Amino acid sequence: MITLEKRPQPSKLWTAITPVLAVIATMIAGGLMFALLGKDPFIAIRTIFWDPLFNEQFAAFSRPQLLVKAAPLILIATGLAMGFRAGVWNIGAEGQYIMGAISGAAVGLAFHPTESVFIFPLMVAAGALGGFLWAMIPGILKVRFHTNEILVSLLLVYVAEFILASMALGALRNPEGNGFPGSRNFKEYPSAFNAELLPNTGLHWGVVAAIVAVIFAYILFSKHMMGFHIRLAGQAPKAARFGGVEPARLILFCLGTSGALAGLAGLFEVSGPAGQISIDFNVGYGFTAIIVAFLGRLNPIGILLAGLLMALTYIGGELASFMLGVPSAAIQAFQGMLLFFLLAVDVLTNYRIRFGKREVV
Amino acid sequence: MDLSAISPTLLVASLMVAATPILLAALGELIVEKSGVLNLGVEGMMITGAICGFAIAVESGSPVLGFAAAAVGGAVLSLIFGLLTQILLSNQVATGLALTLFGLGLSSMLGQGYVGLRPPSVEKLNFGPLGDIPFIGPVLFNHDWMVYVTLLLCVGSWVVLKFTRVGLILRAVGENHDAAHALGYKVVKVRLLAIMFGGACAGLGGAYLSLIRVPQWTEGMTAGAGWIALAIVVFASWRPLRVLLGAYLFGGVTVLQLNLQAAGLAIPVEYLSMSPYLITIAVLVIMSAPRKGGKSRASLAAPACLGRAFHASN
Amino acid sequence: MKRRTILAGAVAALAMTSGAFAEDKTKVGFVYIGPVGDGGWTYEHDQGRLAVEKEFGDKVETIYQENVPESADAERVITQMALSGADLIFTTSFGYMDPTLAVAAKFPNVKFEHATGFKRADNVSTYSARFYEGRAVQGHIAGKMTKTNKVGYIGSFPIPEVIRGINSAYIHAKKANPDVEFSVVWAYTWFDPAKEADAATALIEQGADVILQHTDSTAPQAAAQKAGNVITFGQASDMSEYAPMPRVSSIIDNWGPYYIARTKAVMDGTWESTDTWDGIAPGMVGIGEISDAVPADVKAEALALKDSIADGSYMPFTGPLKKQDGSDWLADGETADDGTLAGMNFYVEGIKGDIPN
Repeated sequence: MITLEKRPQPSKLWTAITPVLAVIATMIAGGLMFALLGKDPFIAIRTIFWDPLFNEQFAAFSRPQLLVKAAPLILIATGLAMGFRAGVWNIGAEGQYIMGAISGAAVGLAFHPTESVFIFPLMVAAGALGGFLWAMIPGILKVRFHTNEILVSLLLVYVAEFILASMALGALRNPEGNGFPGSRNFKEYPSAFNAELLPNTGLHWGVVAAIVAVIFAYILFSKHMMGFHIRLAGQAPKAARFGGVEPARLILFCLGTSGALAGLAGLFEVSGPAGQISIDFNVGYGFTAIIVAFLGRLNPIGILLAGLLMALTYIGGELASFMLGVPSAAIQAFQGMLLFFLLAVDVLTNYRIRFGKREVV
Repeated sequence: MDLSAISPTLLVASLMVAATPILLAALGELIVEKSGVLNLGVEGMMITGAICGFAIAVESGSPVLGFAAAAVGGAVLSLIFGLLTQILLSNQVATGLALTLFGLGLSSMLGQGYVGLRPPSVEKLNFGPLGDIPFIGPVLFNHDWMVYVTLLLCVGSWVVLKFTRVGLILRAVGENHDAAHALGYKVVKVRLLAIMFGGACAGLGGAYLSLIRVPQWTEGMTAGAGWIALAIVVFASWRPLRVLLGAYLFGGVTVLQLNLQAAGLAIPVEYLSMSPYLITIAVLVIMSAPRKGGKSRASLAAPACLGRAFHASN
Repeated sequence: MKRRTILAGAVAALAMTSGAFAEDKTKVGFVYIGPVGDGGWTYEHDQGRLAVEKEFGDKVETIYQENVPESADAERVITQMALSGADLIFTTSFGYMDPTLAVAAKFPNVKFEHATGFKRADNVSTYSARFYEGRAVQGHIAGKMTKTNKVGYIGSFPIPEVIRGINSAYIHAKKANPDVEFSVVWAYTWFDPAKEADAATALIEQGADVILQHTDSTAPQAAAQKAGNVITFGQASDMSEYAPMPRVSSIIDNWGPYYIARTKAVMDGTWESTDTWDGIAPGMVGIGEISDAVPADVKAEALALKDSIADGSYMPFTGPLKKQDGSDWLADGETADDGTLAGMNFYVEGIKGDIPN
């Protein structure tokens, strides 16, 4: 009989080993799946994990793209992790991401074609504000009416998607776009364009913001009183109340911060890599970021690594898809497997496995 | 604009059909959450059910076998979630989301040979003279058998949860797993069974889409229905009969807004399209607002152990 | 500006080294918005890709990427395809316009073909299909066949492509039956079978006995079949599994011949940047077989209409035509120019309701 025994402290050793184990397990299981699909498993695995980083044909382009793909995930996940630690469940980051992009883009487009150094900072502020306000809806409803924030934030994603479609078709439509949906392209508007800061590095303002957010969150959690309150509220809500933590303030803080960060991610994406507001501008970063937050164990450094790993599977998956003709469905399933294994091996970090002792499970 | 063209009878009848997939999925998730487990993988289980049901129905020519296969498919997929969260104690939120990702990929792979096919059709049940009663006839006695199975399942869940020992154990496990464990109930076993029930229901909901409501197989065809089902459970404050209400409300507003558009109502389409989501939020706000002096009902109704991992330490 | 030149140089150098690895096969890439299993838009583009493979056999290698969102991902996927040594890349959705041009600027030796867009460059062509020609034929059949004089139309998004189709169908339905009325429901999605089914049901319940759709799933067909006595038309693909009733005909996107011709041009070194907008005549728009549910005389009229469009003797948008607000659009005998059609954002006179914007 195998039993699990909780470790007093998560094992440092296993924290480092488990992700590697998970990746190896995924390679084996995923390799089997690719073999079943009639593809060479070794080539497929190499294409996903190795080629984006080191293939001489692609790597010079793909490596910087990792940052571009990972930045919004990390930025959003860092904000979400704060709430998740406190037991505030913002599932609607996707909606806040959309609203941030719309608000920021609207400000930028309102100034078109004026050129000024103040435009981009204004857009950044508007983007953060858009996401913040959208997250305040579930926040205020929760504080004022005890409405469940999971439900409200999730439903607001759909509302945001309709607003996005309506903006792309209406108010923000490019007047020179021959009646097609979609806004002007920020790449043609230097004052509002979130360009690469250093050529060929993929480093744009969104990446900088993601790194800054990770550092801030790290300090907040380890040094600051608010970080302590957040953890306390998550682990022992009653004790937190006695300890002088105001639940309403905490809820608004967590939702507001995660909303603002998601809004920023949307703004940086729309003004840079994506370039324009379009009907389906959002591609699910808000949902994927939830996975990233948990893969990173709600720890800012972990989130950074998890975001990069997710980005790698996206980009490597694309390569495998068109180079080897692997259906994109198989890539999705492969990502699912990787997540399963990463989550499964986590048990080794927090528990010790005991053999032989017969106990109730 | 011609609102008289909208027939309330037909509207109610079609909202019952429109709401059935989310109702099935939401009922399953309700049982899962009552046992203290939060499975966000409903969308993945639904779409897996949709393709399993479709494939088997096409191969065998029998929709009944198709629905059975969908339930099995959904349950098997949910077992991955069950093993990870219950045995290996992984995080439920993340595992559920991963399940959705995996289910979407898996279903597309399974379904590659089934695009563009037509499944065997499911006839409406014939209730004879009952179907001729004005209003009630077309509304209640003019559907396919799955609509009635779903309604029975809904009432059945309510009875089981409220009046039976099984329901009591399930609720005990969801409210306080340590106490339930101390009383000798097998927490993990109960939860695994609940998770499989939830998977089976989600699978049935998916198959209702691919076999009756649409009916065809296309990748990604659930198009977010699983998420709505999750929302409905919260909306219903974890009560089976309110799940029915929530699903019908959502389905009703969805159908109504399309009817209003067809009738040429002069409200911008964007706002009409948003209305099912906004109205659901509004109703929830009204329901969960604190009553005089008391705490709100909705916030009290969540199972106390929802989403928390259980590990027997003794 | 300087930064961009350096970038272009670096990527071009990369492209050249990658070119050295390429075999003498012509490599053709396709970027798809949906899954190849969508049974509609993407499915038909993929059929075109398969036609290219069949035509040239060992002389071509085709690659494709499904489910590419119209976002930052598109530019990355197109770039990676170009880096992999593709000689010709088809990007098959409107939203890929700016990404296609951006990548094309970095890879001057790779040819690009963008579907449904309007921006071109020396190595970027555009191509699209005159689906409105097929809509005219549908409109005629719809006008003749409706008994309730009510035609339901499921639109996806209010964009010129869709509005053009509504107008074309309405004009010809009205000619065939002056009492006909259109009621349009906007689904705000290209693809959500459940919602499409609901929209069709709503239209049918309000008396429509003909359903036209500009969304990709067969859900409306099934809804019509359930209702009985309602006719529909296949969209994007033939949807012949619903023939002869409710599906009485269809518009089929047929990209194969164009893809073969353009691939051939790259092989021969004769490829040039062009703007192609083809209709029924060259076969880019196919009219699916008109089933026996349509009376023989109506079928004959519809086929005659199709032939007159094909031989160029008739243009579906021929005056006199007025806009919805009553203002003049086309004088007697005048035909619409491509510019107006490409950006069409108004209904013609007689259609009720507003275009959302």
